[in-house]
Amino acid sequence: MLDARIPDGPLEDKWSHYKAHAKLVNPANRKKLEVIVVGTGLAGSSIAASLGEMGYSVKSFCFQDTPRRAHSVAAQGGVNACKNYKNDGDSVFRMFYDTIKGGDFRAREGNVYRMAECSANLIDQAVAQGVPFGREYGGYLNNRSFGGVQVSRTFYARGQTGQQLLLGAYQALMRQVGAGTVQLFARHEMQDLVVIDGKARGIIVRNMDTGELERHGAHAVVLATGGFGKIYYLSTLAMGCNGSAIWRAHKRGAYMANPSWTQIHPTSLPQSGEYQSKLTLMSESLRNDGRIWVPKQKEETREPNQIPEEERDYYLERRYPAFGNLSPRDIASRAAKERIDAGFGIGPLKNAVYLDFSKAIKDQGEDKIRKKYGNLFRMYEKITGVNAYQEPMRISPAAHFSMGGLWVDYELMTTIPGLFALGEANFADHGANRLGANSLLQASVDGYFIAPYTMANYLADEIKTGPIDIRHGAFAAAEENVQQFLKRLMGIQGNLGADYFHKELGKILYDKCGLSRSKEGLEAAIREINELRESFWQRLYVPGGYALNSELEKAGRVADYLELGALMCYDALMRDESCGAHFRVEHQTPEGEAMRNDEDFSFISAWEWAGVEKEPQLHKEPLHFEFVTPSVRSYK
Amino acid sequence: MRIRLKVWRQENQQDPGKMMTYVLGDINPHMSFLEMLDTLNEQLLQEGSRPVEFDHDCREGICGQCGIMINGRAHGPLKNTTTCQLHMRSFKDNEEIVIEPFRATAFPVKCDLKVDRTAFDRVIASGGFISVNTGQAPEANSIPISSPDVEAAFDAAACIGCGACVAVCKNSSAALFTSAKISHMVLLPQGEIEAQTRVRSMVDQMDAEGFGHCSNTEACEAECPQQISVLHIARMNYEYNKAQVLKK
Repeated sequence: MLDARIPDGPLEDKWSHYKAHAKLVNPANRKKLEVIVVGTGLAGSSIAASLGEMGYSVKSFCFQDTPRRAHSVAAQGGVNACKNYKNDGDSVFRMFYDTIKGGDFRAREGNVYRMAECSANLIDQAVAQGVPFGREYGGYLNNRSFGGVQVSRTFYARGQTGQQLLLGAYQALMRQVGAGTVQLFARHEMQDLVVIDGKARGIIVRNMDTGELERHGAHAVVLATGGFGKIYYLSTLAMGCNGSAIWRAHKRGAYMANPSWTQIHPTSLPQSGEYQSKLTLMSESLRNDGRIWVPKQKEETREPNQIPEEERDYYLERRYPAFGNLSPRDIASRAAKERIDAGFGIGPLKNAVYLDFSKAIKDQGEDKIRKKYGNLFRMYEKITGVNAYQEPMRISPAAHFSMGGLWVDYELMTTIPGLFALGEANFADHGANRLGANSLLQASVDGYFIAPYTMANYLADEIKTGPIDIRHGAFAAAEENVQQFLKRLMGIQGNLGADYFHKELGKILYDKCGLSRSKEGLEAAIREINELRESFWQRLYVPGGYALNSELEKAGRVADYLELGALMCYDALMRDESCGAHFRVEHQTPEGEAMRNDEDFSFISAWEWAGVEKEPQLHKEPLHFEFVTPSVRSYK
Repeated sequence: MRIRLKVWRQENQQDPGKMMTYVLGDINPHMSFLEMLDTLNEQLLQEGSRPVEFDHDCREGICGQCGIMINGRAHGPLKNTTTCQLHMRSFKDNEEIVIEPFRATAFPVKCDLKVDRTAFDRVIASGGFISVNTGQAPEANSIPISSPDVEAAFDAAACIGCGACVAVCKNSSAALFTSAKISHMVLLPQGEIEAQTRVRSMVDQMDAEGFGHCSNTEACEAECPQQISVLHIARMNYEYNKAQVLKK
């Protein structure tokens, strides 16, 4: 039985009590302690900068050509914080409750409360860094509302909130790089984790320009490598997003929690052809003013503007009158899929629904809409060639966010002591469904406000360890392991590129472990993924050599995805209930809503690696609800 | 549609490099430009040749990683559009498309179309930030900023660091990139305090990286995907001169 080590006591005192009693590291000792941070998104940049400021010796790694490219940059709509600036009844407790309800009561109370508690301070930090959040005419900060809640608590910087928050964190990081407290290793990809005497002691990285392998030792390793939604191939993620760092750590003993819980975002652009590499997201904030509908008539051929009001089905407003177009993402995506599967989909591939701004433009004027969403409308026009001020957007669900990830305790430490996982790379705060504008929040709060305390608590006992020797046998063995892996990939010399296998895997997962799942489907998916993996290791072709080689990078990531994909299916198969984004067709109400089973499944699944071809081993962390009562999640 | 590509191929930094010609027979006009390159790479892979290396990541115009010269223009023919947001419908059937990397002394070519833009990181590290440590921030609303001021700062802060401004400049100047960060910071009360040291060290670093001087052709603004205005360069020069005059 896994223990998250959540401090006892009242909900509102847990974190302050923890902080008051956590161990500290004397400033003079910090320089002697080395920390490796993998990933430079919001979580990675913010923890690297924060630890650097405190005086630790930090090494920061990213696979992109500069830390500023990390995919946090692409988050559009906003970041939540319970400042209650709008005087509409917001509070830490309400934010905590919204988040835990939004996650369908499958997250820890202590963690979620802490995230809400730290949210207000994040806005202060970002403003101090120069993040240009939207403001009212009096000069004070403005808010917008987002899905799944009834207050306005979302701070935004036009439609580029992620970019601006990331630049704030990136600049804080570069300030430390300039000051010499952080060493930066861009275009270095983590290949393996080095574990000595049960503790994380370093990593093996590949210099992606020269192909050389390097050993780096540390007293603690942080994985802030984001989510693995790109496993579906078609997703809203960047092309380089991958699950390899956490997967290799998993194979070294870190448990993976709730790996099958993937958020399918309701407002992405639909797929238009086989060549497609990416599904571009349209911010959820558009649902504030856009109304979602499909024609009431199947096989509708008229242009959207020619379909009269009474022949349109505003299905979210119809099914969920209280939240309407602002229903949470899992519900909105599933409702879209239901209409599309029932034959009401629109567009050339009949795979989309309309997102219509005509009413908002009529009520508020085009200028006001342009001011709020101008960049999104421009982006839409660039991609589709359609002017959304004049006709509705076409949108469709797409794989987006991994609620699952490495299992971590209250201190954000994995099952390997000294290995921490932050941001989307861990599983901690979102339960079975993440609310909009909570991902930027979680990544930032983990990096700025939580890990600096919890890591100090761990590092305090590491002073006596002394420098980590990279000549240790465990480093040599890990490096040899990586070399063999790369050799094996290069040596197959088959006839299919890594993308082929990635796309095939994506199709299997989207069909059988996507918006809806069934026992038969998942069992079939496991078989199909195993076959695909065998075929990968027989037919893969990696052209080029060991130095700079994108095909080799992709091949390594796809090899990991093929194993992770199977684990996702095992997890979804084991969880014989519906909750949040995890919808098992066997468990639904007559109206098609998800049916949770608290009696049997109120736990976090944490999987232990057992080897390729072997069934992973399940561990459970029971969820205890002391302060809220799990209820049927209703947005009607 | 059918297209003819002339692509810059270069094994590594030492290799002199050369143009190679490829023909793609079946291109869908709704493909993005990078998906067209994916298709080329699939074709090369099937022939057993090394695919073309090019930079890209988010493919939604915000990460700034993609960036190539297309028919002599940074990010191709459309205004205010990154390479990844360009679609094949912007080209004609049977068109010849010339693809080269962003070229500048400070951006050495690593392989094919991939260039090293870490010089930008060093410019930021030299002063492109507000010196606030984690945990020091005052209540956010204690610093009211007028909406027009914050919007003006945002316009500058929107830079994605792609380097198109450098690639298109005949002097390979990074003035637009550097000035955008200086403007973003100096337009906000939080950033004003360090204005003088920031502008001096960032401009010095920019020069040390081997970027050229700005000669006001404004080509950078014309090609910038984020519509960053050259007026920021004027502000940088003003701030720089002010800092030099007031230097203690």
